[in-house]
Order: sequence, then C-alpha cells, then structure tokens
Amino acid sequence: MGMTAYHRPTTLQDALAIRAGADVAVLAGGTDIFPARTARAAWGDPTHRDVLDISAIPGLRDIEETAEGWRIGCLVTWSGLLRAPLPPIFDGLKAASREVGGMQVQSRGTLVGNLVTASPAGDGIPNLLALDATVEIAGPHGIRRLPVADFLTGYRATALAADELVIALQVPRLENAQGGFRKLGARHYLVISIAMAAGVIATNTAGRITAARIALGACSTTAQRLPALEAVLTGVDHAQAARVVQPHHLEAITPIDDIRATAAYRRDAALVLLRDLLEARA
Amino acid sequence: MIDIAFTLNGAPCTVTAPPFAPLSDTLRERLGLTGTKEGCNAGDCGACTVLVDGAQACACLIPSAQVQSAQVETVEATDGAVGAVLARLRAAFLAHGAAQCGICSPGMLMAAADLLLRDAAPDRAAVRDALGGVLCRCTGYAKILDAVLDASPQATHSPLAGEAVGASIARLDGAAKLDGTDRFGADEAPADALWLRVVRSPHASARFSLGDLEAARGALGLEAIITAADVPGLNAFGIMPNLKDQPVLADGLVRFRGEALLGLVGTREAVAAVRDAALPITWHPLPALHGAAAASAADAPQLHAHAPGNLLIEGRLNRNTPARDVANAEGHFTTGFVEHAYIEPEAGYAQPAPDGIGMEVFACTQAPYMDREETARVLGVAEDAVRIRPSACGGGFGGKLDVSVQPLLAVAARKAGRPVRIIYSRAESMASTTKRHPASITARMAADAEGRFTSYEFDADFNTGAYASWGATVANRVPVHAGGPYRITNLRNRARAIYTNDTPAGAFRGFGVPQAAIATESLVDDLAEQLGLDRWEIRRRNAIGRGDTTHSGQVLHASAGLPECLDALKPDWNAMLAQVAAHNATAPRVRLGAGIACMWYGCGNTSMSNPSRMKLTLARDGTLTLFNGAVDIGQGSTTVMAQICADALGLPLAQFRFVLGDTARTYDAGKTSASRQTFVSGRAAMETGLALRRRILALANAGEDAVLALDGTQLRVGEARVIDLAALPEDLEAEGRYDPPTTALDADGQGTPYATYGFAAQIALVSVDTALGVTKVRRIVAAQDVGRAVNPTLVLGQIHGGIAQGLGLALMEEFIPGRTENLHDYLIPTVGDVPEIDVHLIEDPEPEGPYGAKGVGEPALVPTAPAILSAIRHATGVTMRQVPVLPHRLWEAQRALRR
Ligand SMILES: Cc1cc2nc3c(=O)[nH]c(=O)nc-3n(C[C@@H](O)[C@@H](O)[C@H](O)COP(=O)(O)OP(=O)(O)OC[C@H]3O[C@@H](n4cnc5c(N)ncnc54)[C@H](O)[C@@H]3O)c2cc1C
Ligand code: FES
Ligand code: FES
Repeated sequence: MGMTAYHRPTTLQDALAIRAGADVAVLAGGTDIFPARTARAAWGDPTHRDVLDISAIPGLRDIEETAEGWRIGCLVTWSGLLRAPLPPIFDGLKAASREVGGMQVQSRGTLVGNLVTASPAGDGIPNLLALDATVEIAGPHGIRRLPVADFLTGYRATALAADELVIALQVPRLENAQGGFRKLGARHYLVISIAMAAGVIATNTAGRITAARIALGACSTTAQRLPALEAVLTGVDHAQAARVVQPHHLEAITPIDDIRATAAYRRDAALVLLRDLLEARA
Repeated sequence: MIDIAFTLNGAPCTVTAPPFAPLSDTLRERLGLTGTKEGCNAGDCGACTVLVDGAQACACLIPSAQVQSAQVETVEATDGAVGAVLARLRAAFLAHGAAQCGICSPGMLMAAADLLLRDAAPDRAAVRDALGGVLCRCTGYAKILDAVLDASPQATHSPLAGEAVGASIARLDGAAKLDGTDRFGADEAPADALWLRVVRSPHASARFSLGDLEAARGALGLEAIITAADVPGLNAFGIMPNLKDQPVLADGLVRFRGEALLGLVGTREAVAAVRDAALPITWHPLPALHGAAAASAADAPQLHAHAPGNLLIEGRLNRNTPARDVANAEGHFTTGFVEHAYIEPEAGYAQPAPDGIGMEVFACTQAPYMDREETARVLGVAEDAVRIRPSACGGGFGGKLDVSVQPLLAVAARKAGRPVRIIYSRAESMASTTKRHPASITARMAADAEGRFTSYEFDADFNTGAYASWGATVANRVPVHAGGPYRITNLRNRARAIYTNDTPAGAFRGFGVPQAAIATESLVDDLAEQLGLDRWEIRRRNAIGRGDTTHSGQVLHASAGLPECLDALKPDWNAMLAQVAAHNATAPRVRLGAGIACMWYGCGNTSMSNPSRMKLTLARDGTLTLFNGAVDIGQGSTTVMAQICADALGLPLAQFRFVLGDTARTYDAGKTSASRQTFVSGRAAMETGLALRRRILALANAGEDAVLALDGTQLRVGEARVIDLAALPEDLEAEGRYDPPTTALDADGQGTPYATYGFAAQIALVSVDTALGVTKVRRIVAAQDVGRAVNPTLVLGQIHGGIAQGLGLALMEEFIPGRTENLHDYLIPTVGDVPEIDVHLIEDPEPEGPYGAKGVGEPALVPTAPAILSAIRHATGVTMRQVPVLPHRLWEAQRALRR
C-alpha cells in the first residue's frame, strides 16, 4: 500500500490531465473502493492502482434545475439527494437513497459512484434507468453524453474510457410523473438487494398512464428496462396497472443463482415487486 | 505521506499520514485515538463511526486526505455540542446497560450523537434509522434504543452493604467502554513492536512446499518469516487435553481454507506490502471433503491418522427402549456454519522476556489459563513462564475460547526477540477461527393418546471441520440435551463429530444444543398437530420439573422452573393466537404466525471438574481487593462477582477494588463458557467473601450476624468492636473455591453431568410475506428460570443478546467458506431486525449457586430459532427443516407444499 500514488487535484482540468496520463482509480466517496481494497488485501493482494481523488474539485456537488430537467453533479451523495427539494418523479431515487447501506454510507457514497461501479445490485441504477437519465462525461476531447442504458455495457462494466470522468447526470423533466422503488433484501438495514424494481409513471388528469418507465435490478448482469411492460401500461388506468404485469413481461431478464437467492425465486420475486410498485402508484 | 490539517474534536490538528490510509487508521495509529474501533474495514459494521462535518461516516472508508480542512469528531470529544451530547448518551448507556462488550459502543454513541444533534426528541423509528449502520452482536439493541431515547443525566445508585445481589447496578467496567479508553486487543502495543501478518491457505486441502524463504525475506525487507520449523515447542494446539491436532503453522499440508502456514514479521509497511503471490510457495491442491456426508463416505480419504472414517468422536445416551406410540413424528434437519461475528477481530501482542524463556501475551480471550497452557506448550517452556494479560474482549460467544493469535505471536516474538503485534482482518478472523457446527439430524419422537412423550431418538452428524476444537464437547453435550426439557422415558441419542476440510467448528453459545432444539421442537409441534393439542399445552404436560428425572438419570431436586416459565407465557400465548387468527382472517398475503419452544441447558462443563478460585484481601491500608480471574467478555461477570462477594462479606460494593483476569495475579477462574461464570465463579466469589468474613469475625470474636463497616483503616465489627487494620501484623486474606458436583457419564450417557440446569421457554410472533417468502419477527416473549437474577439489567442483556443471535440463526446467518467471509455477505441482525422483547424472569433458586443464581448466557439463544420456525409454520403451513430460512427457501417450500 505504500507505493500507491494519490492525487487530489482542485480543478477538473488537472483531474483530466492526471486521468489521461496514468492508469488511476477514480475515487469519489470511496465506499466501493475501500471495501474492494480490503477484500483483495485479505487474501494477499495489498497492491492498488494509483488514486485520483476527485472530491476536492469544486462545483460538482450541486443539484441544479435546468431548462430540460435536472443536473446532478457527480459528487452528490445519497444524503445530498435526500436533503434536496425534488419533485415526486425522484421519489424512487430518494427511497433508494434511504435504503443504501446505513447513514454512514449515505453521507459519503455518491450516486455516480454507484453507477460507475455498475454492480447488478446497485440500487441507484434501476432508478436512473426509470428516470431516463443521461450520463455527462468529460474527456480530453470535451464533453459527451450517453443514456444510462448505453453507459452500462455489462457486469461491472461501463462505456467510460480510461481517460474520462463522469461529471454529472441529467434527468429530463416529465410532467405529472411519480417515481417509486421496491427493494428486497434479507435484513432491514445494510443489505445488498436480492432484487429490486424502480419505476416512473406519468398520468393524465383522468388517471390514465401517459408514460411508464420500469426497470429491474439484481435480476440480470445489468439492471434493465422492461419495454414490453412499459408499452402495455401506456393508456391503462393507473388503478389497474398492477394487474397488467404478467410473467412474459420479464422474459428479457436473466437472473442467477447465488448465495442470496435462486434464479427461479428472483424471477418470481421481481414479478411481485413490480406489482407492488404499481399498486402503490409507482 | 502528506500533511493533513483539520479540526479534531474542536481543536486544530495536523497529522502526517499516507493520503490513502483510512481515517480510522490515521486516528488510531498516528494520533493515538483508539476509541474509534475497526471491525471490518469495509463499511459493514459501523464500529468506526465518527462525525465528519457533522454527519456520521465510517472512518474506515474515508481516505485520510479527504479530511483536509474538515471537522472530525470522535468518541473522545468532550467539548462543544458534540461533547455535551456524548456526555448525556454515556450516562444513559451506562444506566440502561446498553454497552456489553463495548466494542460497538463508540460507533453507537457517534451515530446517536449525529441524530440528537439534528433532532433533539426523536422517536424510536428515527433512532433505528440513525443506528442502522452500526452492528452490535451482544445486546440485541433494545437497551441501546432505550438509552438513546433517554439520553439525559441519570441518577446513579450504589447499593448498601448486603443489598448488592438483586440490584440492577451499572456495570463496573462500563465507563471506560463508553469514553473510548477501554483497551481491546488492537488498542495497545509496545512502541517498538514489529507486526505479524499471517499467510493463509487459499485451498481447503493441499500439500505445499516452500522455496528460498531467506532470499524472500531479504528481498521483501522483512525481519523474519516464520514457518512450522520455527515453533520451539510442540507445533500443535487443541482444546481436548490429549488431542492437540491443529498446527500453529501448517507443515507441508493444509486441511482448510484459511489455515496458517507462514508468518511475516517486520515493520507494518513491510508486512502489509507483501503479495502472497510473491512468496516462494508451491501448491499441490488435493480433493477436499466438504460437509460431514462427504467425509463419512466409505471411500473418503482419511484426514487425520488418529481418526479412521474421519470420526472424531461419538456421544451416546441410551435409556430404556424407544418404540412407536399413538402419535409419531420424524424429520430430517440441517443447519449450516454460523459465525460468531463478534465485532472485534482477534488482536494483541506478545512481549518476550529478556531471559529468552518468558513470554507475555496481551490479547482478547475467553480463557486466559487455557491460552497460557497452549502458548507454553508451543514455546516449549513451563506454564509459569507465560503470562496472559487479557485485553478487553470485544465479544466472544465461544469463538475466543480457542487460541488464535496467541501462539502465533509467541512464536514470532521468540524468533524476532522483540515484541510483535497483530490485528486480524475481518476476512482472516472469519476464515480461520471456529464456527458453530453444521448439523445433519434425523430425529423421531412419539407420544401417547394424552400427549405424553414416550420415546425419542436422535441421530446427528456434526461437521467439526479440519480440527477437533470443541467437537468432543458438542458430541458429549448434545445427547444429554437433545430430547429437550421434557419427561421422556425411552431415549436413544447419538451425536457424532466428523472431520472435514471445512473451517474448524468449535464452541458457540449452546455447544450444539441450539441445533438439536430446532429438530426436537419441530417434532413436538408435529405431535401436537397429530393429537389436536395446543402447542403450549403439549409442552406444559411434558415439561420437566422439580423431582423429575432427566434423560441421563439425574433427579432434579431443585431449581427446575420450566413449568413456571410456561405458565408465565400463557396469557401472552393466548393473546398472540387470538391476534394471529384475527389478522389472518382478512389478510391472505402477509400472514401472522405464533410459535413456541422450550429449552434446558446444563451449566458448566459436562461431567468434568471445572473449578474456580478467587482471592480477597483487606490490606492494612484499608483497601479491599477482589482478585478475580474470570474474564468479562461483555456479559458482566466482573460486576456480578463483585455484587456476590460484597454481600457475602457484608461490605458495600463501592469499597471494592479489583484485579481482573491476569494469569500472573489472579487464580484460575476457568473459562468464560458453558454459562458457568455466574454459577461456578460466582459461588467461588461468594465463598471468598464468606471466608474473609469468618476471619474478621474470628478476629473480633464477634457473632455471625455482626454488621461490618469499613472507614479508612478502621473496620467496625458489630456495635462494640473496631479492628485497626493498620495495626495488624499482615493484610487479611481469604480464598474461596468451587467446583460443581458432577459424576462421569457411563457408556449409556447416564450420570450427573451438570450440577444445575437453566430452563427457558419463548414465544415468537412473526409475519410472513407469503408472496416473497420474507419473514419478519414482530415480537418475542421470553421466560427464563435464572435461579436468582444477581443483576437484572445484565440478565436481561444476556437474554436480549441471545435472542438476537437466535433470530440470526433462524433467518439469515450462514457461513460458507470462501463465500461469506465478510459482514456484507454474512448477515447478522441489525437494529431493524430485532423485535420488541418482553422477558419474564423466573427465579427458582439453585441451592448450589451463589444466592440461588445459575447460568444465563447460553440458554436464551436456544429456544429462539425453534420458536420462530414454529411461528413460520403457523403462518404458512410450511415446516422448515433447514436454517437459515432465507426468503427463497421459504418461497420454495411454500411452492412445494402447494404442488
Ligand atoms: C456498508 C455498505 C453498504 C452499501 N450498501 C449499498 C446498498 O444497499 N445499495 C447499493 O446500491 N450500494 C451499496 N453500497 C455501495 C455504495 O455505497 C456505492 O455504490 C456508492 O454509491 C459508490 O459511491 P462512492 O462515491 O463511494 O464511490 P467510490 O468508491 O469512490 O467509487 C466507486 C466507483 O466509481 C468510480 N467513480 C466514482 N466517481 C466517478 C466519476 N465521477 N467518474 C468516473 N468514475 C467514478 C470509481 O472509480 C469506482 O470504480 C454500500 C457500500 C457499503 C460500504
Ligand atoms: S470498521 Fe468501518 S465499518 Fe467496520
Ligand atoms: S456491546 Fe455491542 S458488540 Fe458488544
């Protein structure tokens, strides 16, 4: 551990220069980086890549309302999300923020860090999919934007290049929309999801669904939207939405057997979570 | 290294530290603030919780560089708003008994302070949310919640002479646990100590050869690399007197993943920087035997020369001849490895004496005298050359009865000729130390038409892992208890301990009895169902009581309060059943269920002498000192011994001083295990107090009921006599000893294995979300016969803590070697998982025990899991015969039932 270089620049330009110049691990809240380091060291690998700590860069901690929607800086933490005055479309993300780890983790861990880790069990990710969020990426050639679904390329893998940084998430506005989240775990606090469902539902004054965006987490190598379900939900009376959900809407998911649950259980539980989510008006 | 300037506990601070080192490490190792604890270094336990810029955070997850310019508050804070809130919290924690071992207390206090600074009058739910990230393995959380809700200055009361027993006084060692000054294994070491890092096998079964270690040592900048060849004495340890089967350092062959083979000794930086892959170790993996079934197969390779068929031991109990009856139940049950998950990983240091022979070891332990014996054998020196100074022990539950760091440290310190320290990582602690035995049980039970139990048969294989540890104890204890606390005349019980290539299984609260109770109580429910009897009723009809004969032929002459326990629960049971019926009538998905279970538990070692001895001195300068060798691992023995001794002597508790568990200064008070300390050592403390009292009375020629009063060196005896201690030729000294009367068990397991038994019954209310298979325990009501509650607050603490562990056993805990070696994959209950608990203390005095007391430590855990399983069955109709009942397992069992 003695050999690891540690950079803590105070401007984005410096950070990008460091990132471009060396193979560094980006560190924001550290709540994924440190446990991973502990796990490796426990079985005899104390080495670590050099670290680029981005926490001293100003201007990345804000949630701003823009013309199109909202921009969430990459250093916004779970507690930062919880404190922010945000409309009901964010209720699912807020529910997830409340259920990530304990308050200690919420106060340091960032939403963007959760996304970049790209764990199938990352609680932020299905919510970002349901919010139709876009990832704002800074690199040597400027800024590019990718939808979250394209940003996630596989199990713990993203489209982020070695010389890039995520600087923000952008969430588009959707009128009369409500977010929701359902997490299933084997204990109350500090628990990794066995399965989870997130949704954003917009309704008209008659109570009919005008837009539905539904995502499942921990049921495939990456969280994913359920376009087939979303299609049939559109136009349905919200009060009836839970009844619309059928097993074939989940055909795209590929749950696995692991220490936390079996694949068959996950598939069935996902169905229950989805119905519960829609029952509770997303 | 960088300079980091920040505000620490209100004062400016600059520290030079590696920027990537966790803040917890910088606080502890560079700033000497060891009040912040490290239990996992992964964010999972919350023991390291501090405030950073006013918000609670895990110091183990924060790179030190990030606190530049920040405000950091730790448990050591005394000033300002944080200091004031902490002072109120400390007082409440002390009064409510919210700190047991105390290793979680700093984290709990900081998390609670974070809440109270934001919200001066929170409700219970808000407190739960605030404490959700801090694990406690001892208390079951209830007292912690009470304390946070009552964070205010508390009236302290100190009992008068003769009134200590029965008083809920605050634990005597509590203050240091709450201000961060208590010294746990990782909190103290000589400044010049080298560090030891153990290299462990990644294979469950393998041969290995070592290359040029001297070259590696030089290249890696280490002081030494120790191997089996460096063990000066016998390279073996183990619990059984004539079976030392586990090497300190493996010698060419490893039998489980996590077994130690090398010790790297050097500076902290040097040992931490070594990659195992850079060491000259050549592995030759062998097929591994996982599970008792694989190891008992006819063609299984033999793992130890002394154990054909990989059978370590078989314990039996036979009484008359079991037969079928009107109602007959049978089942097969399985339980997994359970991890103790004490929040303090093993740690300590060894200091060699300059003579090249002596060795002092400071480490967390439950059994200092056994550690001394094991360490001396490994060093090849006489026992009195080794001194064991127990550190504060951050939880044990049986897992710190075996040696862990002690012999490794001693060998390393001997080789280096310098003090050497070690702190196990969480993964290392979980992979290398003992677990609860997985059990595979087949049991049968029969009852007559009136529901009287007539026959019981039990056959179980316990996976003792790669080494014996306490396997023999489990095999002996289980047959005696397996049938449960019921009158049964025909029994045939077998328990085998089988060697495998899994993690060694050892002692864990209950020594195999909790596993057996899961089987037996399930069969009792089967019989009740077959006979159409209420589950409480069938237990009450069969409950063993005073005058009854146990399965090993022992007549219970006194202190057998199970019938009273059940009677105490009856009103709650009826109310629970009514609540369940009313709820389930209208709620098809989330169903309630009520469950019930009983238990008994013999206090002390099975059919073995296990004496305790203590000393009390009244010095010529008027100081009164109890020399107490019993290690307080959080359960409160230090306080309980003092209460008992004070009343036996007849002086107020406040006048006592203590010398505690130090093999150089105290007598052997045995192990802190088998629920024996209050009963056995407590009786020794009583005898010690009485002995000094007799000496004083003789000296003063006073009558038996003379009242004593000590004022400086003036000891008043009765109305008329005053002894001037200063004028005596020597200090007054007295000793007391107690060894519970037991007899050996014959080949059929008949005899008097224990002098006394604890009894308990519990009822549980659960809700099951049948669609998701998720069980939530809503309420537990416990009734426990404790003989006499010497300190009711401490007794309740033991019961709450046992119930929380029983809940974990039932619903979430399963150690899988290589898979769940951390506290996020291995789940223990959080503050959100433990329900409200009500306790009825039944006091049926034990004549052998001090003031009627007997053991409480283990019993509370035993009935919890079976009561929860009984409730799940009531809610769903599904009988779960495997624990933990993970959601997917319950979901699958429900589907199988419907099919
Ligand atoms: C005890 C505990 C409990 C937890 N419980 C949950 C839970 O219930 N649910 C859940 O979803 N998660 C949980 N987590 C993980 C969660 O805390 C993280 O996923 C967190 O959100 C990551 O944020 P961070 O800022 O701490 O990331 P870091 O650890 O700093 O970084 C995480 C990853 O993201 C990369 N990264 C971070 N920021 C950027 C950036 N701006 N640009 C490029 N790369 C970046 C890093 O290089 C790294 O690969 C838990 C963690 C702990 C320790
Ligand atoms: S040591 Fe930090 S959470 Fe366990
Ligand atoms: S008192 Fe909480 S872990 Fe021991």
